[in-house]
Amino acid sequence: MISSILISMASMGGMGLLFSAGLAVANKKFYVAEDPRITAVMEELPRANCGGCGYPGCANFAENVVSGTALANGCPVNTADGTETIARIMGVDVETGERLIARVICRGGDYETAKKGTYHGIMSCTAAHLMGGGDRLCDYGCIGYGECVDVCPFDAMYMNENHLPVVIEDKCTGCGNCADVCPRDVIEMHPESHKLFIMCKNEDAPKEARQTCIKACIGCGICIRAVEEGEIVLEDNLARINYDKYGRVPVIPTEKCAPGSFVTFGEEESAEAAA
Amino acid sequence: MRLPTFIKGVHPNDYKHFTCTKLIETLPLPDHVFISLQQHIGAPCTVVVEKGQEIKTGQVVGSSDAYVSSPVHSSITGKVKDIGTFVHPVGGKVQMVYIQRTADEDQWELMPAISDWQSASIDRLNQRVRAAGIVGLGGAAFPTHVKLAPPKDKTIDSFILNGCECEPFLTADHRAMVEQTDKILAGMAIIMKILGVKDGFIGIENNKPDAIETMRAAVRQGEYNFKVVSLQVKYPQGAEKMLIQSVLKRQVPTGGLPMDVGTVVNNIGTAIAVANAVITGKALVERIVTVTGDGINEPKNVLARIGTPFQDILNHCGGLKEEAIQVFMGGPMMGMAQYNLQVPIVKATSGIVCTAEKGQPAERAMPCIRCGTCVSACPMFLLPTRIARLSEMGHTAESEDLGIMNCIECGSCSFVCPSQIPLVQWIRLGKLQVGEMKRKEKEAA
Repeated sequence: MISSILISMASMGGMGLLFSAGLAVANKKFYVAEDPRITAVMEELPRANCGGCGYPGCANFAENVVSGTALANGCPVNTADGTETIARIMGVDVETGERLIARVICRGGDYETAKKGTYHGIMSCTAAHLMGGGDRLCDYGCIGYGECVDVCPFDAMYMNENHLPVVIEDKCTGCGNCADVCPRDVIEMHPESHKLFIMCKNEDAPKEARQTCIKACIGCGICIRAVEEGEIVLEDNLARINYDKYGRVPVIPTEKCAPGSFVTFGEEESAEAAA
Repeated sequence: MRLPTFIKGVHPNDYKHFTCTKLIETLPLPDHVFISLQQHIGAPCTVVVEKGQEIKTGQVVGSSDAYVSSPVHSSITGKVKDIGTFVHPVGGKVQMVYIQRTADEDQWELMPAISDWQSASIDRLNQRVRAAGIVGLGGAAFPTHVKLAPPKDKTIDSFILNGCECEPFLTADHRAMVEQTDKILAGMAIIMKILGVKDGFIGIENNKPDAIETMRAAVRQGEYNFKVVSLQVKYPQGAEKMLIQSVLKRQVPTGGLPMDVGTVVNNIGTAIAVANAVITGKALVERIVTVTGDGINEPKNVLARIGTPFQDILNHCGGLKEEAIQVFMGGPMMGMAQYNLQVPIVKATSGIVCTAEKGQPAERAMPCIRCGTCVSACPMFLLPTRIARLSEMGHTAESEDLGIMNCIECGSCSFVCPSQIPLVQWIRLGKLQVGEMKRKEKEAA
């Protein structure tokens, strides 16, 4: 009894010693010198592997920053502090750009838009877009099957009960995955300073747009008359804000917009997000 | 004797009894038409008329310089009321010309008839096919003049006229074969002259014995050397590649075209349009449409002007029944469900199917049970369930390896799937992914 325990302990221990010796030798002999800056850069990255920078993941991006093929501020998701630290590690000067936030430019949820019929197909926006565009009548707005929420690596989006995606501003890192996946280009990436939005994409004639969705911009021009010339323009039956001149400070009363597609950000949306 | 056919495929109930004995009725001239500028595969047309312009039947309203494109013509005599975007039956909004009828009788703008087509030059005939705006009327709407001018290095030795009409419900080609036999044969002779081929075949599914009979008699009488081939009833018998396999026992190579095996296939409707264009000089402004299904009061075959709104045609057929649930453009296998009955018929509209029972798709697809039924149904020898799964998971390169681009979207796999998985939709999504991957590769290179 005792002897079998001893034999097994001796043989297992012996094998352990032998293999650890082998590993120790291999560790010395096959050591690959890695630039310590890669680890340092890596530590400053969000490590969510979102792909917003265009590289397969954070580790690959870090390698490319160190080898000089990617810019230190190439990570769109990183905080200003993080980017500065990376720049310091690499010994370069970078301008930290303004933070980008995804904005859902549509308010046509289930309550607002008319329905075409019943959609039986795959619950994916892109697939629905290929097959006539889901059950909402609007050909321009949100389809509502939440593909953007599925691809968000930061849990910064959710679908509300009206089946419209909501961006949680504090969590949004501006990686742009949602904007890329949206087949209707309803999601746009805007700098944080853009506070005013025309929340509609419908280019139809006013009457038709109104029948499609109660929140559709009908191109009435009331917002245009309230501002200086060129600050808001009318294109394809849609008011468009010229952000070079306007839209950074909400000054005009947005409640004048009859369909309510003219929105100041930071009020109800964030209240909804908080709730 | 077993009738010739292709391998695999499915056997849906054909539902042709609604209209297979109904004579083709000419629809009264519509009050207004919407002529879509995109009724074919290829470059869309640009408008060549102005708002307010008086216009004659057969006048060109849109044309394009691109080779793979086809002009569109006004189908009534009237006035251009608007040029704008309207809902298209294939989905989305496209540019259309809205024409209001002003005359009770057609004033035709005809092209000069080529009555001596036997001696006319091939170029002149094919120019006419193009000018008349003829596209494949079977449903794909590929410009016919492109098909009839194969590259020089391909030798074409046989021509097949496609009278299969394998989609359930549709009987437009069937009735045309019975009632407009001479025109079809003349059109076929013209097409064969343009192609310069000797061997002509007419493939007809065996569920149309009267059509086979009539065509055989007419071929004998007209002393044509065409061969009428009676084919087994199976879906998709009328798909080009299947038809070539059934009639000629030739297999179109993967990724290839019928011309790679020396064959060109055209639809019955196309032959009629060619005969009209050459012999009478009429552009393609009307087509035979089957209005059918258990959701319509009087199922009919109608000769309708292109651009006529669905609602007008349905009204002429007694209107929709109260219990009607779905209206399709095209057959139930490959057709598109419609949500707006103001959409106009286009060149590719072979039928309007109105169903009263709930259609095939379930509320929710159930998990794949790996029964392999779709695999034994796929006439292109693909693995639908596997490809669908790969495209669901975003494994684009792998799905391309499995031949996703060869899918003809016939719908056989979705039809037989006991779990009612929308396989074709997944495959379409996968095709989009492959297209995007190719584009990215191209950009990177």
